[in-house]
Amino acid sequence: MRYLMPLIVFMVLAVFLFAGLSLNPRQVPSPLIDKPAPEFELSQLHAPEKILSSKDNMGKVWLLNVWASWCVACRDEHPLLVQLANSGLVPVYGLNYKDESATAMQWLRQYGDPYEVSVVDPEGRVGIDYGVYGVPETYVIDKQGIIRHKQIGPVTVKSMEETIIPLIIELQRQA
Amino acid sequence: MTRLVSNLFYKTIKFSLVSRLYSVTVLLLLVLLIPGLAMSQQVDQSSPQAIPVAEDPEVEKRMIALTEDLRCLVCQNESIAESRADFSNDMRREIREQIQANKTDAEIIEFLVDRYGDFVLYNPPMKPTTILLWFGPLILFVLGVWFLISYIKKRRVQIEEVTLSEVQRKKVEAMLNEENK
Repeated sequence: MRYLMPLIVFMVLAVFLFAGLSLNPRQVPSPLIDKPAPEFELSQLHAPEKILSSKDNMGKVWLLNVWASWCVACRDEHPLLVQLANSGLVPVYGLNYKDESATAMQWLRQYGDPYEVSVVDPEGRVGIDYGVYGVPETYVIDKQGIIRHKQIGPVTVKSMEETIIPLIIELQRQA
Repeated sequence: MTRLVSNLFYKTIKFSLVSRLYSVTVLLLLVLLIPGLAMSQQVDQSSPQAIPVAEDPEVEKRMIALTEDLRCLVCQNESIAESRADFSNDMRREIREQIQANKTDAEIIEFLVDRYGDFVLYNPPMKPTTILLWFGPLILFVLGVWFLISYIKKRRVQIEEVTLSEVQRKKVEAMLNEENK
């Protein structure tokens, strides 16, 4: 027992520290999960005179992807979003966050445009409503307009296959 | 003479070892600092223009008092008051506007917590999920004190003074005398 105690203490500490190592401090759980997606009415990137309202998407499952041409990590996830949009599984909407519209459109021409519509948030105000702090971020929103999932940072093949796509399929099945 | 030379020789070796260690340390420090410097430059680039201070010093004072207790989510070890990241600029702007719109501090904090969660607060509320955070250190402290006290008590028993019997004392004396001969 005398020699066992330190060993046990060490093991407990080691387990805690090891778990701490695998946690990502950037992954802050969003309080918006399972809450209604904040409403917005923003002008569209390709047609600034037209407005898109978040209410227009009621009744369907959709993805809101926060992106910007200055965001390097957005380039990593972009091919995946293009692929997802091409598959026709789910409509992807873009929130062009704190960006110049001209550069943003040039960026889409260069890398492909997966977005049904991109809306413009030049001052990042809607971004604040959505709790955006690290672009890119992707929200899965269900038919009732409830946020079901938030991906902080670029979407990866793994997160797509294991989380996002199964969730979308499940949400689409629901009434 | 030879002794002096060899002495000197060893001293130089020692010295060069020390100086080498020193330069290695300096180099390591530099290497560690470079990413930091590069990062701070990046932050500068992302916010090229200084955000103008609000005209109203009262608003500014309240804003700073509020943001000193709020965490910048991008640069997580800084408060929003001291951070120069774009995120914090936006937060300061938002809070200034809300102060100007006559919102109370509690309303502003609630606005931020609704969007970013308790994690923005450096002073988190007491909730079932934060109980360990609040009382963990106290529990560890109490456990530590308990362990220390029980350890000291055990030791006191162990090092109880030994009283020698007459026979033992003589034996020791004899042994000591033997040694001193």
